[in-house]
Amino acid sequence: MSEKLTATNTLRVTRIASVKTENPTTKTYTFKDARCAKAKPGQFLMLWIPTIDEIPLSIMNTEGSTVSVTVKNVGDATRHLHSMKRGDTIGVRGPFGNYFTPNSGNVLLVAGGTGTAPLLYLAKQLAVKAKRLSFIMGAKTRNELLFLNQLEPLCTEPPTATTEDGTYGLKCLATQPLETLLAKEGKEKLDMVYACGPERMTRQVFNLTEKHDVPMEASLERLMRCGIGICGSCMIGKYRVCKDGPVFNSTRLRQVKDELGISKLGFDGNRIPV
Amino acid sequence: MSSHPLKTCLASLELENPTALASGILGYSPESLQRIAEASAGAVVTKSVGLKPRMGYPNPTVVQVNCGIINAMGLPNPGIAEYASEISFTKTVIKVPLIVSVYGYTAEEYATVAKTATEAGADAVELNVSCPHVKETGSEIGQNPKLLTQVIRQVKATTSKPVIVKLSPNVTDIVEIAQAATTAGADALTAVNTVRAIAIDTETALPILSNTRGGLSGPAIKPIALRCVYDIYEQVKTPIIGCGGITKWQDAVEFLLAGASAVQIGTAIAQQNPEVFQNINRGITAYLKKKKHRSIKEIVGKAHRN
Repeated sequence: MSEKLTATNTLRVTRIASVKTENPTTKTYTFKDARCAKAKPGQFLMLWIPTIDEIPLSIMNTEGSTVSVTVKNVGDATRHLHSMKRGDTIGVRGPFGNYFTPNSGNVLLVAGGTGTAPLLYLAKQLAVKAKRLSFIMGAKTRNELLFLNQLEPLCTEPPTATTEDGTYGLKCLATQPLETLLAKEGKEKLDMVYACGPERMTRQVFNLTEKHDVPMEASLERLMRCGIGICGSCMIGKYRVCKDGPVFNSTRLRQVKDELGISKLGFDGNRIPV
Repeated sequence: MSSHPLKTCLASLELENPTALASGILGYSPESLQRIAEASAGAVVTKSVGLKPRMGYPNPTVVQVNCGIINAMGLPNPGIAEYASEISFTKTVIKVPLIVSVYGYTAEEYATVAKTATEAGADAVELNVSCPHVKETGSEIGQNPKLLTQVIRQVKATTSKPVIVKLSPNVTDIVEIAQAATTAGADALTAVNTVRAIAIDTETALPILSNTRGGLSGPAIKPIALRCVYDIYEQVKTPIIGCGGITKWQDAVEFLLAGASAVQIGTAIAQQNPEVFQNINRGITAYLKKKKHRSIKEIVGKAHRN
């Protein structure tokens, strides 16, 4: 996407084409938007919920001229969005930010919660490219594990699922099978790790990939306002998550490790815990 | 050509080049100010900081329009008590002048914040008396010569550092305000802040910004800002910093020719990233060489007849 397009990325108003309930707390919304339908895995859009808010959301899928986002009910804006139905009006700006670099070797995707959504989109891209595609996903409980059925045919081996309460798969965090895998296979058998999820998970994935010298890319999240790199609300270190990110590679993660999974800027620009 | 053709002065501030970061753009964290300084900005202006923390408005706070951006952030800031340490730290990591933008609800508040900011290490303060979207601070002061005079006098009494006043274009006669600011002791004037604006969506029949009204920046306002600088330069001797829609070196040179001693750049970062400062400085240098000028000082106000 050219820089000029970013600057002239005016709001488009569209209608929700479909709503799919993924689990009691998470829904997927599909709508028409030709520009966002050209997004690459890792990019995000700003979704306007009229009279309520405008929020950044990772792109979960594109098909023809439609785009899908997966949203967990976590606050006022998302609660309102969850009450919206097919045919309701929303606004869209985007796609914004950089994207994951597709690797054609042996890759591993590590997802936590709704972080699975952009990695599903990435997995679709990698499925026709990567030699080996493994997936580890973690959630609090069984019904919060997302997209397992869709991921299975894309991966070259069955995805590993973990739950904190042990209601499905392994009873542990997603980083535990990652640690085992890295210890067993290391950099000889893994070319790239992609991660998206709660930032404390991402931090742990980063520590482990550093220890085993495997390159990684992670999608980060911060409070966002402008989405186009000027307001400074989403800074991590010297980087703007909306414009320089949201995808950070190992080199950049090293530069921001004092903040990664630790602190972020709040609404008043003050540093607060993640 | 002298060895430093881009050098310019704003009162006692010496700038290596005339391109400064405009207030409100990035400018919260020391890391982002450092990045802009390292991208060869001649000075950086922080986001506006007040006495107390402010969360700002809910989104949408930014609307992208064809030739610019309308924003109503609502002055989010951590408050000067918290921000003072960031000012001190920023001073240790940047080599260019650090200008702290200050807002308040009363003359006393402006003075308190300005005092704390300069004690923490700010090289100058820029008084935001022109924010178009927060009530009782900003435009109300910047549109009223009497209030503005009180604010500037009170700030001048608390600090010996240069006091820059950022003017609003949303006035009947900007020259009258510029004269009042000069008489009250302003060391430099920034012209201009954003132009009051609105964006409405036809489908929902609603204003898009959560605050309804906001301020327009970007190329759409450049001719207006340029005229403001030209008008002020004709009547007022105080150094002017041109601001509004500068995206390329030609824009910057136009502002210098109109009478600005320096310029501020903000919205252009959305398109060109921090590299915009280097791009513009290179262009100005080439222009000076082509026109056989030794210093930008030779072209300040050159567009004025007689």
